[in-house]
Amino acid sequence: MSDHDRSRPTELLARLLGPPAPELTCDECFEHLDRYVELELAGHDADAAVPGMRAHLEGCPACKEDHESLTAFVGSEPR
Amino acid sequence: MPDAPLSVDGRARDAESADWIEALCSAGAAREEALERLHGLLLRASRFEVARRRRAMGLGADGDLDDLATQAADDALVAILRRLHTFRGDSHFTTWAYKFALLEAGMRVRRRAWHGREVPLEQDGWAQLPDRGASPGDDAETAELLAAVRDAIAEVLTPHQRAVLVAIALNDVPIDVLAERLATTRGALYKTLHDARKKLRARLAADGLAVDSVREGRMP
Repeated sequence: MSDHDRSRPTELLARLLGPPAPELTCDECFEHLDRYVELELAGHDADAAVPGMRAHLEGCPACKEDHESLTAFVGSEPR
Repeated sequence: MPDAPLSVDGRARDAESADWIEALCSAGAAREEALERLHGLLLRASRFEVARRRRAMGLGADGDLDDLATQAADDALVAILRRLHTFRGDSHFTTWAYKFALLEAGMRVRRRAWHGREVPLEQDGWAQLPDRGASPGDDAETAELLAAVRDAIAEVLTPHQRAVLVAIALNDVPIDVLAERLATTRGALYKTLHDARKKLRARLAADGLAVDSVREGRMP
């Protein structure tokens, strides 16, 4: 997200209020992250398999970064 | 992507993952060889993450960053061996292992970027919220929500909840940097942030404001 995006009222409200849906904790997110990423990369419905993950990734910038990193790294690996 | 899982010790694992677990749980030369190979994979992952973060954060390239990647791989290996018994075979072993290296590397880069910088914790940083968020194109509903959030922050949050919310949601302080400065954990801080957000949403809903659809990139 750019600085410009951050200043938009919609983004500001989202950052302040967080996701509306029930979400995992950071520890639960880390526990399920590997499975979630592999399901996403394989084209499966990862959100149905790990309820609460998507909401947490919307609300937690650090876990969102970890998710992006694992997706990028595993996605670049030959299988 | 994932090949067919294999049942090992009652748990579903692919053959490669089963080989990793067997080697790491063995003794002697086989274990040493597995440890060296795993460390090499973790180092590749942590270097990948350091390079990604360095580009994203505009950090210069220097030898310290490679040291940082090595430290991240070292600590990830220790964490993996400590938690090896928790690997359930829900993913490939290497994917499970990589997340430890990426977490360690990402945390270290964020802390490095904030090293020597003051963490803004001012509790009244929210007072100018309507001014900070408003622009000429905003509708009245957005302005009303921002003003209501400002009032709810003042009225329903504890001083600690306000400080954490302002630092993370308004001032972009990374949660693990804030955790280090406050001598707590990322999980504990996110719980504080989550509780604060829940209180704000409850107050806004009680006031009859439509907050259910406020999420990233969307508005009521």
